[in-house]
Amino acid sequence: MKTLVWVEHDNSNMADATLAAVSAASKLGEVHLLVAGSGCRAVAEQAAAVAGVGKVHLADDAAFANALAENVAPLVVGLMADHDAFVAPATTTGKNIAPRVAALLDVMQISDILSVEGEKTFTRPIYAGNAIATVESTDAKLVITVRGTAFDKAEATGGSAAIEDVASTGDAGKSSFVGAEIAESERPELTSAKIIVSGGRALKDAETFEATIMPLADKLGAGVGASRAAVDAGYVPNDYQVGQTGKIVAPEVYIAIGISGAIQHLAGMKDSKTIIAINKDEDAPIFQVADIGLVADLYKAVPELTEKL
Amino acid sequence: MKALVPVKRVIDYNVKPRVKADGSGVDLANVKMSMNPFDEIAVEEAIRLKEAGKIEEIIAVSIGPAKAQETLRTALAMGADSAILVETDEDVEPLAVAKILKAVAAEVEPGLIVLGKQAIDDDSNQTGQMLAALMDLPQGTFASKVELDGDSVTVTREVDGGLETVKLTLPAIVTTDLRLNEPRYASLPNIMKAKKKPLETKSPADYGVDITPRLKTTNVSEPPVRQAGVKVADVDELVAKLKAMGVA
Repeated sequence: MKTLVWVEHDNSNMADATLAAVSAASKLGEVHLLVAGSGCRAVAEQAAAVAGVGKVHLADDAAFANALAENVAPLVVGLMADHDAFVAPATTTGKNIAPRVAALLDVMQISDILSVEGEKTFTRPIYAGNAIATVESTDAKLVITVRGTAFDKAEATGGSAAIEDVASTGDAGKSSFVGAEIAESERPELTSAKIIVSGGRALKDAETFEATIMPLADKLGAGVGASRAAVDAGYVPNDYQVGQTGKIVAPEVYIAIGISGAIQHLAGMKDSKTIIAINKDEDAPIFQVADIGLVADLYKAVPELTEKL
Repeated sequence: MKALVPVKRVIDYNVKPRVKADGSGVDLANVKMSMNPFDEIAVEEAIRLKEAGKIEEIIAVSIGPAKAQETLRTALAMGADSAILVETDEDVEPLAVAKILKAVAAEVEPGLIVLGKQAIDDDSNQTGQMLAALMDLPQGTFASKVELDGDSVTVTREVDGGLETVKLTLPAIVTTDLRLNEPRYASLPNIMKAKKKPLETKSPADYGVDITPRLKTTNVSEPPVRQAGVKVADVDELVAKLKAMGVA
């Protein structure tokens, strides 16, 4: 099987999420990558260095600068004449583009796969991760999005694939990019952080969240996350949100502070290797999944922990 | 301009789904069902646009069993003007839903189609994008802000790194994220009034759409259960554990 993997990038750097998608695709067969962007040859070069990649298709055109689905989908559909599966990371970009491609190919997409069980058989979470479905496609071609935390990342180096230019399919003229507010942070990005310190509603307000969570995160070199309750209460912006409706993370260590452990939140972090919970309510559901639990007042325990580490 | 708002009847978001012992699916017998929360947000957004004078008429549509009428009545009670039920007892996959919606839209001719970014049962997150593809329309997915302005709509999208804003020509498809609005509760008088609003029933065959599934679900199982670990007595013990793990 010949797969075409969507490379997630910002026109200068390839995102890590791509590497998990490459791993998933390599279980299906030959891996080709698609770099669609504007002034993005550097990304194509990074993509070509990924271990196990057979070829990199580079579509460099202003129309692809912001990965607008209206412009990108026809490009992918054209390339799919020569590929059997389109594989995208389940990022917001992948989730935006893949179904558009699937519908144009008259294929039923398989979203957010957790494993490859056979040539056309996959597992995927349903009901917010409360059940795992095994599904088999009967379509001639596959369109798949890949949950990044479920697959090991392919090696970013060691490959030397050829880069082949692809003709642009142009601007569909239906949509335009106005702007973006992308959070700048010195801290590791949530989906690739090795350690995450996450805060919940118990943090009271934005100032308390900042004063309590950030020093510990800084000490550990950790990414910072939050429960939906903390985000909804306005303590931190939405891109901090861990959970079914936010980011799905699986770091080495996840430290949940003042988070009760709603199903919604657990769905986003329960694949973490070690979960540590600090909560003053000993009956909080978070303790049912935590490897190490500390029943304590977070306002005392967290500063003390920060100091003693 | 008309707005078309597709809504889905799903397990209530407060209910913990139970996987059937035979692996055939999730047990929905005697389980509370409600409108998909993201679709409620879609209905609310359409109503707000109507209240702002940017939309004249809201048509809600659902594809599902006869009981999905209740979901449509909820949409009508919130403020939709009329409803269409495309009735079927089969599970309809997003691709087939998108095909039916395309056919419905061909009759309704909406300027805006607003729908939830995903349904909380199958979590596919596909229907809006597929509908946009089939209708060759632009898509503003995962919207946290929608501004209708003449012949275009500006959509602020929740993306992994923060927010992104796109401008789409009309007609357009918008899929809603959680932050877009807080849906209203239908008042009792409005619930009564909703019973008199028009609700038309159709079938997938009326629209000439083949709903045969493309995916075979061969098994549904419980996710691996995580065991609770140990409780530590104090911060010192936690620090010791963290150090033993090599974290600090």
